[in-house]
Amino acid sequence: MTAEEEVVNGGAIEKPTLGARLLGANTFWIGLVLIALCVVFGVLEPTAFLTLFTVQTLLIETAVLLVLSVGMTFVIITGGIDLSVGSVLIFSGMVSAKAMEWVSGGSSTNAGWGVILFGLVVAIVAGTAWGILNGLLIAAAKIPPLIVTLGTLGAALGAASLLNNGSDIRTLPSTMRTTIGYGTSFGYVPNLVIVAVVLTLIGAWLLHTTVFGRHTFAVGSNAEAARRSGIGVTRHLTSIYTLTGALAGVAGFMSLAYFGSTTISAHSTDNLNAIAAVVMGGTSLFGGVGTVLGTVIGVFIPAVLKKGFNIIHVQDFWQMIAVGAVLIAAVWFDQQRRRSRNR
Amino acid sequence: MPVLEAHELVKHYGSVEALRGADFTVNAGEVVALIGDNGAGKSTLVKCLSGVEQPDSGQILFEGAPIRLESPVAARRLGIETVYQDLAVAPELDPAANLFLGREVRRSGLLGKLGMLDKAEMRRRATAEFARLGVTLQRIDVPIGSLSGGQRQSVAVARSVVWASKVVFMDEPTAALGVVQRERVLDVIRRVRDEGMAVVLISHNMPEVLAVADRVEVLRLGRRVARFTAAEATLADLVGAMTGALTQEETR
Ligand SMILES: Nc1ncnc2c1ncn2[C@@H]1O[C@H](COP(=O)(O)OP(=O)(O)O)[C@@H](O)[C@H]1O
Ligand SMILES: [Mg+2]
Repeated sequence: MTAEEEVVNGGAIEKPTLGARLLGANTFWIGLVLIALCVVFGVLEPTAFLTLFTVQTLLIETAVLLVLSVGMTFVIITGGIDLSVGSVLIFSGMVSAKAMEWVSGGSSTNAGWGVILFGLVVAIVAGTAWGILNGLLIAAAKIPPLIVTLGTLGAALGAASLLNNGSDIRTLPSTMRTTIGYGTSFGYVPNLVIVAVVLTLIGAWLLHTTVFGRHTFAVGSNAEAARRSGIGVTRHLTSIYTLTGALAGVAGFMSLAYFGSTTISAHSTDNLNAIAAVVMGGTSLFGGVGTVLGTVIGVFIPAVLKKGFNIIHVQDFWQMIAVGAVLIAAVWFDQQRRRSRNR
Repeated sequence: MPVLEAHELVKHYGSVEALRGADFTVNAGEVVALIGDNGAGKSTLVKCLSGVEQPDSGQILFEGAPIRLESPVAARRLGIETVYQDLAVAPELDPAANLFLGREVRRSGLLGKLGMLDKAEMRRRATAEFARLGVTLQRIDVPIGSLSGGQRQSVAVARSVVWASKVVFMDEPTAALGVVQRERVLDVIRRVRDEGMAVVLISHNMPEVLAVADRVEVLRLGRRVARFTAAEATLADLVGAMTGALTQEETR
């Protein structure tokens, strides 16, 4: 073949078929695992597993974790990690509950929407503040994310406990609980789930269709190349940890509405659950690769396993073992893929 | 008039003195080969002249005026583009995304203001540019890290010449290339030169240097030691200058 002919071929670059793209995607395989799980439990216990109630509770129970995991997806795509999300969630909920009590002049049980919205804003601001702190320490001071967020994990939890002498606040606006916490819209859809879905869709849009998302992948793929291309890497990383903090703030408010309490001791493994969900969903711990859809699937695999095991009366502990195995397998596949590529 | 000049550049990395008062000149519409032994300071000089590193002392002139290149962005704004020796591509992104990295095309209207990418337009333009520059890729939507070393290098070369308007630095752009791809890059270099840009080529391949360069500048131990017109230089001259057997410029 002459060079001339090759150039002509070079102009007509093929696009692969949809099928080939699907088979090559991590998300596709992990999605199959989720569908298989649903089918297995559905066949084993059709009357218990495939009910409206089961689906509703499954969705509600995953809503808070989903919001945390969307933020975590961005962080892990940059090659970072955020261990502090669970503590920031608790801190935001605590500050929000305190603020609502304060503007109600005592117990906020009978407070109206004005107070509730104020509480939401406070929760988001509190989460954002921790996010900015994480971001500055990681991106500007160049301290490894594992250490920074391990530090803020402890600090945020400690600060939350100090605010109410280590005990939970259980008096919260009842309107908030009945509407946001366990109210439904369109007949069946829990409001908490709608919030999570909207935030997830925005996250997916931001990551996969915008300049912000493109730069997130670039920073995770090769930070020095991103810098030389004129991307403000420090600023970008800071805004990603800030975003994750803000989402943890929203999650804190959602948790408040759902549990009707600040639940200081209930979120100690949220960070690991979010990381596991993101990584199972095909996002690479090495950075540069990941999808929000994968994260959604990764959030649901442990949740479906847990529900299913409960229904078929297998002890919960098996779920922990199974999730651990799937997680390790997912990372192993990711490593193999990288090795085979970087020949 | 030279488009870009360096005077007495000094650059330390800790205790290593990578540049010890290096001079360099490149004119518009010429290909200058920058040659020298490994560790002579070629890559460091390129980094100083493309804003990636800042020299500890010395002067850089752009079209006769002294400038400071604070960042790669500052250099790019002047029309200076670089193919780095480490390529500086994002391996997880596809060739089109790499071509437009930091210069993403947005959609028109409100969606663009919200930051939405025009992926189709970028892919279309990337395909056209790759075809024009003779970069052959089987697929345009695979991560660039899964391409061969030569293809990756070709994409990096294409990225630099697409955006440059004044100077293109190429730090060993042909090192991983096969014969056909190498010829294509050399063609691209000539074409860019004929359009009036300055090209600085770093290469260890002396026949290649003599074939494509108009002038040759030789760096040794962080200093410029010799300058040649390519048509008058012999292989022995170049090798002599690189090894120190021949020195034109007096040492200070
Ligand atoms: N980032 C760095 N840190 C420390 N030393 C460096 C760095 N970059 C280059 N050097 C040193 O500077 C000298 C010149 O290197 P370089 O410019 O890469 O030479 P060349 O490209 O001519 O082979 C070498 O001794 C090299 O080890
Ligand atoms: Mg070099």
